[in-house]
Amino acid sequence: MKCEELLAMLNEYVDGTVDPAVCAEFQQHMAGCNPCQVVVDNIRKTITLYQAGQPYEIPVQFRERLHDALRKKWREKHPGK
Amino acid sequence: MVRRAKAGELPAFEALTARHEQRVYSLAMRMLRQEQDAEDVTQQTFLSALENLDGFRGEAGFSTWLLRIATHAALKIIRKRKGLDVVSLEAATEERDSFDAVPHPEYIADWRQSPEELVHKNEIHRLLDEALAKLDEKHRLIFLLRDVEGLSIQETAGALGLSEANVKVRLLRARLQLREHLTAALGDPATRLIRHHDHAP
Repeated sequence: MKCEELLAMLNEYVDGTVDPAVCAEFQQHMAGCNPCQVVVDNIRKTITLYQAGQPYEIPVQFRERLHDALRKKWREKHPGK
Repeated sequence: MVRRAKAGELPAFEALTARHEQRVYSLAMRMLRQEQDAEDVTQQTFLSALENLDGFRGEAGFSTWLLRIATHAALKIIRKRKGLDVVSLEAATEERDSFDAVPHPEYIADWRQSPEELVHKNEIHRLLDEALAKLDEKHRLIFLLRDVEGLSIQETAGALGLSEANVKVRLLRARLQLREHLTAALGDPATRLIRHHDHAP
């Protein structure tokens, strides 16, 4: 397997959805190719980093306005409830 | 909880909102990078969910449904910003992206710190945002929906009206571009590797 071919199938490898036979080829290639190993590792870390938290706290005042708007709409939709 | 909301219990709907609002707001902010727009998208999402609750049958999860609504609302704002109508934007980007080559990694190096260590640093969020902002909005959305929010390829494709094949190509491109940007900032130059092409199989 060449680096190009590995690159094309990077998603499947990182997501663990690659065919077992192809997976074996991947691992064989990676054993002898440090750059590919590092790229795969970088990608895993990239995804982990983005998953690692909510960077934007919902503003308190907006949250209150949101809930007010929802309650108002709810009452319009369910009059008398 | 969804069942109770559908049955007309307001506290149940408010509880559902409280459970998901942070996530929707975060997605909107990462997509649009403007507080007012993100607030608009968040409000539209939950008002729409309230309006259309009767039509929600539970085929997809409730959060998936919400994210789908939020996605449409965010894309609408992006199109408006660009002054493009729906058809031209989607047709243009769909064609161009189908056959472009996958970007080659340029800066290849081990990161100096682990994600667990990095996440606590103040400046990391600015870096993450910068990297996201460089992506085309569909690539950005696909990455956020699939890798951050955990939607399947199929759900992501459904939310965006794209083929699964298209989503996969764009996801790959998004991941590689983000990797490139982050590694250039976070990589240890002492471990930098230069790729040699065409290894023997």
